[in-house]
Amino acid sequence: MPLDAHIPSGPLESKWERHKSDLGLVHPRHKRKYDVLVVGSGLSGAAAAATLAELGYRVKCFCFQDSARRAHSIAAQGGINAAKNCCNDGDSVSRLFRDTIKGGDFRSREANVYRLAQISAAIIDQCVAQGVPFAREYGGLLENRSFGGAQVSRTFYVRGQTGQQLLLGAYQALSRQISLGNARMFTRTEMLDLVVIDGQAKGIVVRDLVSGEIASHAGDAVVLATGGYANMFYLSTNAKGCNATAVWRAYRRGAVFANPCFTQIHPTCIPVSDEHQCKLTLMSESLRNDGRVWVPRRREDCAKAPGSIPEEDRDYYLERKYPSFGNLAPRDIASRATKEVCDAGRGVGPGGLGVYLDFGDAIRQMGIERMRERYGNLFEMYERIRGENAYEVPMRMYPAMHYTMGGLWVDYHLMSNLQGLFVIGEANFSDHGANRLGASGLMQGLADGYFILPYTIGHYFASGRPSKAPANHPGFAAAETEVKARLARLLSVQGKRTVTSFHRELGRLLWNDCGMTRSEAGLREALRRIPELRAEFWGDVKVSGSGGELNQDLERANQVADYLELSELVCRDALMRRESCGGHFRTESVTEDGEAKRDDAQFAFVAAWEFRGEDREPMLHKEPLEYEEARMSTRSYR
Amino acid sequence: MHLSLRVWRQKSASAFGRFETYEARNVSADMSLLEMLDEVNEDLIASGGEPIAFDSDCREGICGACSVVIDGVPHGSRHGTTACQLHLRHFKDGDTITLEPWRARPFPVIKDLVVDRHAFDRIIQAGGYVSVKTGGAPDGNAIPIPKTDVDRAMDAAVCIGCGACVAACKNASAMLFVASKVSHLSLLPQGRVERERRVLAMVRAMDDAGFGACTVTGSCEAVCPKNIRIDVIARMNREYGRALLKAGFVE
Repeated sequence: MPLDAHIPSGPLESKWERHKSDLGLVHPRHKRKYDVLVVGSGLSGAAAAATLAELGYRVKCFCFQDSARRAHSIAAQGGINAAKNCCNDGDSVSRLFRDTIKGGDFRSREANVYRLAQISAAIIDQCVAQGVPFAREYGGLLENRSFGGAQVSRTFYVRGQTGQQLLLGAYQALSRQISLGNARMFTRTEMLDLVVIDGQAKGIVVRDLVSGEIASHAGDAVVLATGGYANMFYLSTNAKGCNATAVWRAYRRGAVFANPCFTQIHPTCIPVSDEHQCKLTLMSESLRNDGRVWVPRRREDCAKAPGSIPEEDRDYYLERKYPSFGNLAPRDIASRATKEVCDAGRGVGPGGLGVYLDFGDAIRQMGIERMRERYGNLFEMYERIRGENAYEVPMRMYPAMHYTMGGLWVDYHLMSNLQGLFVIGEANFSDHGANRLGASGLMQGLADGYFILPYTIGHYFASGRPSKAPANHPGFAAAETEVKARLARLLSVQGKRTVTSFHRELGRLLWNDCGMTRSEAGLREALRRIPELRAEFWGDVKVSGSGGELNQDLERANQVADYLELSELVCRDALMRRESCGGHFRTESVTEDGEAKRDDAQFAFVAAWEFRGEDREPMLHKEPLEYEEARMSTRSYR
Repeated sequence: MHLSLRVWRQKSASAFGRFETYEARNVSADMSLLEMLDEVNEDLIASGGEPIAFDSDCREGICGACSVVIDGVPHGSRHGTTACQLHLRHFKDGDTITLEPWRARPFPVIKDLVVDRHAFDRIIQAGGYVSVKTGGAPDGNAIPIPKTDVDRAMDAAVCIGCGACVAACKNASAMLFVASKVSHLSLLPQGRVERERRVLAMVRAMDDAGFGACTVTGSCEAVCPKNIRIDVIARMNREYGRALLKAGFVE
């Protein structure tokens, strides 16, 4: 199966503009004939559902939460990047493009990233028009701050709640379409399978989480906007409900999965406090605009109160190692530097797994009021969780699993290798390469949903490829039967171990062997252990209740069963990629300075895995990465 | 620490509910209340019981999914805190904690501590938006907005739609929720264009959903996890009066 990314020809800067005018169109009157199923209502899903409904398509949108407004995009704190050059500091589309390509360690698709940078400015304008209350200067114009991996200020923000306000903007636009009858919302509804008929995505099988009823929806196209799979690690910054079931079911139906091992660990999260913890909380990267990260120079100072350690005995290790980017080094690099100082025994707090994020200097310089205005809600959140006042004592931070750059493979049109299956937002793989820069996730989600998919999906319909599959097509009944059988099997095991105990064990294993650093031996051990754990799960899991009611235990069991398969693919991909790049750090591939060492000769490709049945190994397809504009260089932030 | 829990158990919307007692042994003061419920559920599942159903998602106080009345107070008595951000260090060893769902007619119980809050979505659908389509928006800096206006708009826009305001109100009024959206949008030039239509439609949807009237007791403000102030209700009343006058009919 050859993977064709369908990248338009011509110079990079004009590819998208020219391509847009070449794309096929659907007459407004005919748009009503097309049913689009959008799964997920986060930034990309809600934006796509609203925009497609505005255009006149018949849209059904699905989410597992009780309202579209609760999708996890809501928790994004810091901001959204856009190349508007509001600060007159030399920003441009080309610079945002280059920062993003470099941030992703030259493992993303150039044409997609350039398009993203081009669209970025229009996103801000769209959101302002929707009533998103972006921070403003006293003169009434938009304000910016800086984020990791950039030397310009291009991040637009709404206090520490940017994701919330952007999501509410998209949710409100979708609500308007619902009231106009153009879109229908299915809440507390989880997608459990994809229906593929003659190689085309024709619908989905869902479970009503309240009644337990299994039903099918037929459509002319299916859009997966279902987010990432960080929760596979059990402890992550994702919401409890985030899961990989939709993308994993699509993979099993033939969609290829790209770069699964590209996962992101965020450097500043509140450290684990005890073994019962179920969820980690991130502290926005924006805090590193004013906070300084440090540990004691000497191990014997680690137990002392931070205030009693004089300036000369502190090691501001990010500023020391990366003088030109300092505390705003990209996430993968900052996380590894943190692990390094903690592994050297200079970490602080319980177990030595923590570093200080100190606002003392900023407070002395700007005063407490200015700090409160900028970060008030983040300091408050920290106080709730830790019971400490970060205006007085430095925060304690440690890296945690946060985001997944990998996802279903898509072409330039955001369509997977299955006709009619589009994948947008975090669920696809295309724009962030091996590491995502801060404030770029919101940008990508909204670019996909508002400004890319609405064009490319029309082209798919216009090119006459889809043929209707009636809801009574046997393909639907067959998929429903499989879903029901799987749920019945989960309920019938009635073993001794809870779902959570399996999930915790898998998470620990992945964190140790496929986390911040990865080695051949560790990955081989994980690949040996995961199938064992999967067999133990199916032989000894205990799921309570029945399938015909609200059953949160069953929902989780089904998700964990998928993680037990997906995790194997993630480790397999990590083992295959014998180089370090971005968040994927192989201990065998390190520069003299201890940084990630890429191997462009062998690994400048997208690894796309094809499912070939449970008993066979997946097949690897390679999409070569070719750069016309960006120069593949060793990434340095020193 | 050791805590006793009295938890509302209700099999389904139509079933009768009642309190059941559970013991949470050896829990740590650093755990959140919902993490404690996770632990209690682990024990219940292991011993063949049925876990307690409750809504939660982000666990960091922003998604608005969690909805537990703790000792009679929605989200518990810590000011400006959602249930998921409430940690056990604020309880004493040996305490008995009572957990109930939101209780309001427009929020029917689905199961145990889970309620149906679709009424809020319907109110937003009635008019809680700016009627712009994707594309064609003017430059974000085309209309300067005074910083104080944006700040006040954001003070209202922080609403997470959890419904604690309704659960706390003796009339089950949704005024704080509706007024937050009305205030947010009417304070911004982009939202001002359709301010009259919006406030009339949203108030009607609120009444149609069966929420009660506001008698200005301020209980909503007291429990709001995002500290939204009751001033927004005054603003909405003003907007509503203005809209009625402009529409040319006064009841």
